[in-house]
Amino acid sequence: MSISVRKFDAVVVGAGGAGLRAALELSEAGLKVAVLSKVFPTRSHTVAAQGGVGAALGNMGEDNWLWHMYDTIKGSDWMGDQDSIEFLVREAPQVVYELEHYGMPFDRNEDGTIYQRPFGGHSMNFGERPVQRACCAADRTGHAMVHALYQRNVRAHTQFFVEWMALDLIRDSSGQVLGVTALEMETGEVSLLHSRATLFATGGSARIFASTTNAYINTGDGLGMCARAGVPLQDLEFWQFHPTGLAGAGVLITEAVRGEGGYLLNKGGERFMERYAPNLKDLASRDVVSRAMATEIKEGRGAGKNGDYLLLKLDHLGAEMIEKRLPGIREISMKFVDVDPIKEPIPVVPTAHYQMGGIPTNYLGEVIAPKGGDLRSVVPGFYAAGECGCASVHGANRLGTNSLTDLLVFGKSSGKSMVKFLAENPGHKDVPKDAAERSLARLARLEGQKGGEPVYEVARDMRRTMQLHCGVFRFPDLLAEGVKKIREVADRATRTEIKDKSKVFNTARVEALELDNLIEVARASLVSAQARQESRGAHDRADFPQRDDANWLKHTLWFKDGDRLQYKPVTLKPLTAETIEPKVRTY
Amino acid sequence: MHFRIFRYDPDKDEKPYMQDYQVALEPSDVMLLDALVRIKEQDDTLSLRRSCREGVCGSDAMNINGKNGLACVTKLTEVKEPVELRPLPGLPVVRDLIVDMTQFFNQYHSIKPYLINNDPEPDRERLQSPEDREELNGLYECILCACCSTACPSFWWNPDKFVGPAGLLQAYRFIADTRDKAVNERLDELIDPYRLFRCHTIMNCADVCPKGLNPAIAIGKIRSMLAKRVI
Repeated sequence: MSISVRKFDAVVVGAGGAGLRAALELSEAGLKVAVLSKVFPTRSHTVAAQGGVGAALGNMGEDNWLWHMYDTIKGSDWMGDQDSIEFLVREAPQVVYELEHYGMPFDRNEDGTIYQRPFGGHSMNFGERPVQRACCAADRTGHAMVHALYQRNVRAHTQFFVEWMALDLIRDSSGQVLGVTALEMETGEVSLLHSRATLFATGGSARIFASTTNAYINTGDGLGMCARAGVPLQDLEFWQFHPTGLAGAGVLITEAVRGEGGYLLNKGGERFMERYAPNLKDLASRDVVSRAMATEIKEGRGAGKNGDYLLLKLDHLGAEMIEKRLPGIREISMKFVDVDPIKEPIPVVPTAHYQMGGIPTNYLGEVIAPKGGDLRSVVPGFYAAGECGCASVHGANRLGTNSLTDLLVFGKSSGKSMVKFLAENPGHKDVPKDAAERSLARLARLEGQKGGEPVYEVARDMRRTMQLHCGVFRFPDLLAEGVKKIREVADRATRTEIKDKSKVFNTARVEALELDNLIEVARASLVSAQARQESRGAHDRADFPQRDDANWLKHTLWFKDGDRLQYKPVTLKPLTAETIEPKVRTY
Repeated sequence: MHFRIFRYDPDKDEKPYMQDYQVALEPSDVMLLDALVRIKEQDDTLSLRRSCREGVCGSDAMNINGKNGLACVTKLTEVKEPVELRPLPGLPVVRDLIVDMTQFFNQYHSIKPYLINNDPEPDRERLQSPEDREELNGLYECILCACCSTACPSFWWNPDKFVGPAGLLQAYRFIADTRDKAVNERLDELIDPYRLFRCHTIMNCADVCPKGLNPAIAIGKIRSMLAKRVI
């Protein structure tokens, strides 16, 4: 199979918030950039973000970046790197203002400034009481954001490759990244996109779970490509289960419902969060609320005929407020479960939502991996931002609204880093002769596979394994069994068979290739989770119920080759601020 | 449940045909998209776009029993059997339920779908009153699914010349934004026998919009702004 080679200054894989934000830096610098996306950019999963983007603008009263920094570090259960976190919260206001200048339709206060709402774990004065920090456009913040970013890219004449799927990362013998191979879905043609700098902004991969708020496209393609190319994946034992996924469908019901004054009830009508988090109650961090909910269900206080969900009450907010601030979740609730939240509570359950870990980077968006004795050596020409990247600002549990802050701040910083790298490194380095071999071999294997299993069966077993063995509560025997099972499933994934052999928009082929990526993430998650013998943030071990800073205040690095694990210290020193020392975490 | 689905793969089919599927559904299969995912398990050669499965990304627009809609928010209990599924009308079919949306997006891009304001950017946000911001409600929520434009006979006839309801809704989204400084240029670019004036207020757009938006009202507002300008 011959493949065409196309040359660009930069290749960006993924056109959600992070990819679009980075692309703006590159396009506006006059560089030749190709932005690849499996879907039309505004269909990227950023579009589904609801509640808000966190930035200490102080529009609603006093706020400052130090408080945002404290909340983020505490939210992360001290697993976040404090240099990256300081960078995140200090850059946050600027990237929000930029978005406003791009035309994002933020909600407004009477004085014309951006409206901000309270959110889980956001506090004044280092945990004292709730603060309004989440900048929003009703409960459609992600939608408004991804459209505004796409629109700004239209203005900047960014070149998009829509419905192109990146297949594999190209590295030379020194490890430098030189682009990707990619499949054009409409024609089935494979190309080599040769670039001087490459950014992964491929989003999350919570599709490894059976019950997820994530879109079908969230298959961890960037992570899979990294794993196959020898780049480690960081902290994948930390998965955020959002407290309020719609029971049954799994669709997200934003935390903004609780931010605006809604609260959770068990079957007895008790506002149970008062027992678990006496200070912030329903606005405690997500891991805390999800665990409380799972405990209520486990102990028989769940609602419904099977006692398997809880109730999110917001009717007391009034119809006018719900229609103004929360119209999207009303629409979802009515469509999916026939519940009008103006009249009755929404059935909700903790649902896999966000990947705190990912491709290891520094706060400049540069991918870093161990090399020689250096645990944080920069991989030349390679960048990652947004949910697929791990800077690490979310640590063991992400603060609500920081996902959108992350993709803006690190989308921008990685774009700027690329512009600088491109200026300092002119000329394309040669790609190895066998650069496309791995991708072509994967496609040839699929093409010729006989007597294999259907993709959906293997994918279903992967999702069930993750759901059962790597959920909100984790048990030693289930984890050990889970590792064994996921390795078996991974083995089966190498023998999937598709009936569709057409070259034209072959979605069966795409799904099989996506499974290759998902399975790497699933394996990394289970192996990393089994190894971490403590409870921290979203990782809760029945056999090690306490956080163990003496032994485990360190990041996991998983390598595909032999499921090898390595660790590196958490960066506790911020850029300029004082270290926020680890302490007991209560809300 | 019984489905009849439009099939066409240019790689092997001389012409399109309708294929019947019988599928056993699980209690968790609530929406049409759930059933389509089930069908794809039986027959992986069926091609369709889908992503968010909650009606916000706009991927899985299709013609459902003769009416455009999103599969992910169409309840199985509300569709009559056999459920007849076709690609969005009026656009070239790439394969099965997948259409080539180039013309649709060209029209969207033609209205300059971005804020135009060359004033120096302030250090903070530009101010906008809540009332002015409210003018954007019913406009900015568009998901570019193309249900409306591909339900519009005027767009079927002139997809290259008529902006279509989705594009015009977005044109008005920027005209209505107090932060945008290009209202006159935007209006100028719509004075043309085709771009705006091919709308004959048939109202199919508003009838099919899965987000409950009404492009016809936006188009009416643009018309009246133009009329006022002439006077």
